[in-house]
Amino acid sequence: MSGIQKMNGIQAINAAMVEAMEADPKVLVLGEDIADPQGGGVTGTMRGLSTQFGEHRVRTTPISEQAIIGAAIGAAMAGYKPVAEIMLMNFTTVAMDMIFNHAAKLRFMSGGQTSVPITIRTLTGAGWQTAGQHSDHLEGWFAHSAGIKVVCPSNPADMKGLLMSCIQDPDPCIFVENGMTLFAPGDVADDQGPIPLGKANVMVEGSDLTIISWSGQILRCQMALAGLAEAGISAELIDLRTISPWDKEAVLASVAKTGRALVVHEAVRNFGPGAEIASTISEELFGQLKAPVKRLGGAYCAVPFAKVLEDAFVPQPDDIIAAAKSLMG
Amino acid sequence: MAEQSNAPKPDGAALVDIYRRMLRVERNDDAIRKTIRRGRLTMPYYSARGQEVIPATIGHLLNDEDQICTIYRGIQDMVAKDMPLRPLWAEIAGRVDGTCKGKGGPMHLTYPEMGIMVTTGIVGSSMPIANGLGWAAQLDGSKRVVVAFFGDGASNIGAFHEALNLASLWKLPVIFVCPNNGYGEHTSYNLATSVDKISTRAISYNMPGFTLDGNDPDDMYAHMSVAIERARAGEGPTLLECKTFRFLGHVLGDDDFYIPKEEKEAAIAKDPLPALRARLVAEGHANEEQLSKMQADLEAEIADAEEFGMNSPLPSVDELRRDVFAEEIAA
Repeated sequence: MSGIQKMNGIQAINAAMVEAMEADPKVLVLGEDIADPQGGGVTGTMRGLSTQFGEHRVRTTPISEQAIIGAAIGAAMAGYKPVAEIMLMNFTTVAMDMIFNHAAKLRFMSGGQTSVPITIRTLTGAGWQTAGQHSDHLEGWFAHSAGIKVVCPSNPADMKGLLMSCIQDPDPCIFVENGMTLFAPGDVADDQGPIPLGKANVMVEGSDLTIISWSGQILRCQMALAGLAEAGISAELIDLRTISPWDKEAVLASVAKTGRALVVHEAVRNFGPGAEIASTISEELFGQLKAPVKRLGGAYCAVPFAKVLEDAFVPQPDDIIAAAKSLMG
Repeated sequence: MAEQSNAPKPDGAALVDIYRRMLRVERNDDAIRKTIRRGRLTMPYYSARGQEVIPATIGHLLNDEDQICTIYRGIQDMVAKDMPLRPLWAEIAGRVDGTCKGKGGPMHLTYPEMGIMVTTGIVGSSMPIANGLGWAAQLDGSKRVVVAFFGDGASNIGAFHEALNLASLWKLPVIFVCPNNGYGEHTSYNLATSVDKISTRAISYNMPGFTLDGNDPDDMYAHMSVAIERARAGEGPTLLECKTFRFLGHVLGDDDFYIPKEEKEAAIAKDPLPALRARLVAEGHANEEQLSKMQADLEAEIADAEEFGMNSPLPSVDELRRDVFAEEIAA
């Protein structure tokens, strides 16, 4: 009998890992503090794995991000499915050569002879006053890099299902966990299986405008929906879930219906992923739009420390309500 | 180590095979340079002329299932591992029959069926990936070993230090081979490197490290044999700094203005290729007739590969959508 459990993202990710490692002995885990004697990773998402599957499959590494991703790449080329944890997304910057020049490109540069089926799990997001080097949403960088899939889940069920898909995927994936959503509980079915990459989720149906968002900003969009309903605005909320490849069909179908689009993300607005989405909507649906496509994103600065500044950096529910209202004219 | 009486020594047959591999590298290098100069090939080319003993000895000692990760100056490592030359030439010509379908080119040649796993154009990046291949060999319970080639310049980049530390901690079956040719791009070793010998850096990572004469087949054979044996036995990695010299500068067309003339002339006077040929004859391991036949056979193989490669079809532009992911991207 299949039931539903209330769990947070940490538990959901852990459940995905246990199922993946039980099903496939080629699945490995590596990263800083990842084994049980070191705590099972910075948020404890990998807790129990080294005890259950052994420290040969679940290896704590030095603080050496290039070495971590390099080891994952090599093992993947030799038939393994490594899940590498890069503690925080800003720390991917010191492994960008391995991720961008190697993991993402080796399949293409080798003419398909080699492949790199790794999953890079990483954590980020403003809201914890961790300031300029521990909070950035860099999904746009990776989405700009051909050859790596970019996944940004917003709730526990999606975290489980999408992580299972990343691990099974024949190509490299970066799985971005957000510090606000990771601890928020949600319903996860006992039999929650893989959720296909590249498929958006229409979370709330509406008729007046489409809000496209992902990751932590989904929570703020959900808060904004109540305010919009009070103002008599019927908003459709799409959780994009996968940033690359993104679900153009679902987004275009929704905007074709509503005629208005607002993209909301925490990544810095300038040259952010919202620009790609907004541009595609404008190109494909120009004659059908009732208002210009609008974007909300992080401010063009480093993520600030002071709480008042950090709050102002990120689009808040009131900003989303104001932007939506402006589209209604 | 080579001076010790118990050091592994190449017998006559091994020396002949090492010479064959050196000659294969040198004849192929000559053919590539001629073809570029004739305007038939358009590619950046980093010749390893003068460095042949290193890849040839390693190619002799490795098995087919052993793996290598090499760098942009790396064609010699593949040719010395007996990679077939037809797909190599088709690749450097950017043709469909190239080992990478013309999509990688000379700086990214790959041939997994003979263990040629990665060729990188990024200084230092062969090493972290070699660790992962070594980790897989360890998990598989296999005896295969992985060789990571890198230049002397690469010992100053972070990836070297991260990779050596991890390889030592995890006792990975990886051999870090540095052909030290004295120059990183145009900058001489002593202007770029804080230690007299790269091998001393092995001490920091608690692994054996040796500086040896990379142009001496006996020295190469002795050290490489021990390093391979150590890796196969699960005892962990070794760092080998193999002193050598590149006769043709950093990239083809480089006029070597930054290398003192006397240094270059002295190195060329000690060209290891004719030196080994003379030794094979002097020690009776081969005669002139056999060596001339060997050379003619290699030249015929290279001429055939060149002909094949240059006449292979050009890739279709549809290839832009293939191999980005496993699944082809829709047009």
